[in-house]
Amino acid sequence: MAQVYGNDFTAPGETPARPATSDEPETFRALLEGEGRVEPRDDLPDAYRRTLVRQIAQHAHSEIIGMQPEGNWISRAPSLRRKAILMAKVQDEAGHGLYLYAAAETLGVDRADLLDQLHSGRQKYSSIFNYPTLTWADMGAIGWLVDGAAIVNQVPLCRCSYGPYARAMIRVCKEESFHQRQGFEILHTLSHGTPAQKAMAQDAVDRYWWPSLMMFGPPDDDSPNSAQSMAWGIKRFSNDDLRQRFVDMAVPQAEALGLTLPDPEIRWNEDRGHHDFGEVDFTELFEVIKGNGPCNAERMAHRVRAHEDGAWVREAANAYADKQAARPGADVA
Amino acid sequence: MRDWPLWEVFVRSRRGLSHVHVGSLHAPDAEMALRNARDLYTRRQEGVSLWVVPAAEIVASSPDEADAFFDPAADKIYRHPTFYDVPEGVEHL
Repeated sequence: MAQVYGNDFTAPGETPARPATSDEPETFRALLEGEGRVEPRDDLPDAYRRTLVRQIAQHAHSEIIGMQPEGNWISRAPSLRRKAILMAKVQDEAGHGLYLYAAAETLGVDRADLLDQLHSGRQKYSSIFNYPTLTWADMGAIGWLVDGAAIVNQVPLCRCSYGPYARAMIRVCKEESFHQRQGFEILHTLSHGTPAQKAMAQDAVDRYWWPSLMMFGPPDDDSPNSAQSMAWGIKRFSNDDLRQRFVDMAVPQAEALGLTLPDPEIRWNEDRGHHDFGEVDFTELFEVIKGNGPCNAERMAHRVRAHEDGAWVREAANAYADKQAARPGADVA
Repeated sequence: MRDWPLWEVFVRSRRGLSHVHVGSLHAPDAEMALRNARDLYTRRQEGVSLWVVPAAEIVASSPDEADAFFDPAADKIYRHPTFYDVPEGVEHL
């Protein structure tokens, strides 16, 4: 199962997690039909709850794993300004993870348990973060393309039927637009710099373009979970529609950057009112999801190590809380 | 390891407005909950004041009984000024 930053799909050979159920409570159906929001203490069908827990948890995992490829460049940012911006961005990713873990917990699960599932590989994170960040220009390409694709996926989630998820996404989307602009600015600066800098920017776009298109998931006719998610008001647009929207936005932006998207088939189609583009190689996506991407093992090892190395901090905080609570007259929850 | 309790976070965005619920977080004690809430929910000057409340201390009405609980107000439309007819030409009423 794979969470693609606000999307949710199954790799071929995996069983869709939820059989369609007909035993949905009347109140739940009425809410969905009236475009009302579902809230935590409502009577929810188990399958809806399970789907949301998996999607929100894997979205949260994606945010915190997403700190790694960018954290890689904090110490080597080319200026203090760029460094401060990158640190703020990485801190935002941690924040997004926390908003989302909190939203998942409203469904009756435990954050520590979700982290265990990430660490043991039972829950996934977005495959995009299994690609390496080889140059500074990758910070630009991630901001512009990866965060750009994430925004296209996530904006419709602000109207998702589950209230706590929708509210978390509103906060996330507001902050993502800073992420995308700072990435665009990095690439714009490089592409208007020396020939070597421009080449670096082009190389980053060449490497991140196709993986960014994969973030929208497999084509609609190969996306078994989509119909159910749309019926539940979790998903609002199909994978292919969102991918098209992203391409249409990116093409003129690439022109403004003076960079080329690595797809010779991109051209405006007057009849459709959209850009045509080449076929995405989804076998690569499914290989990365299965664990065979360039950085899967490294990302997980780093995540588990960071968690284990931080154990003493969590223990110390507990010890301090106990000590404060034990003081005479203390009134601590 | 022991799980940190859950805290609900309320932010006053500026003076003159009330605190509004923004989300929740885990923290070992009230002081850490406030600091974490500052870092998590006010990174862009979203607030001038914060409340953190232990989630376990909140008493909530039940959604299952919402109809019966809130129904008594439904048939009292005379509580709204729009219920009343005002004669033509009468002002400041």
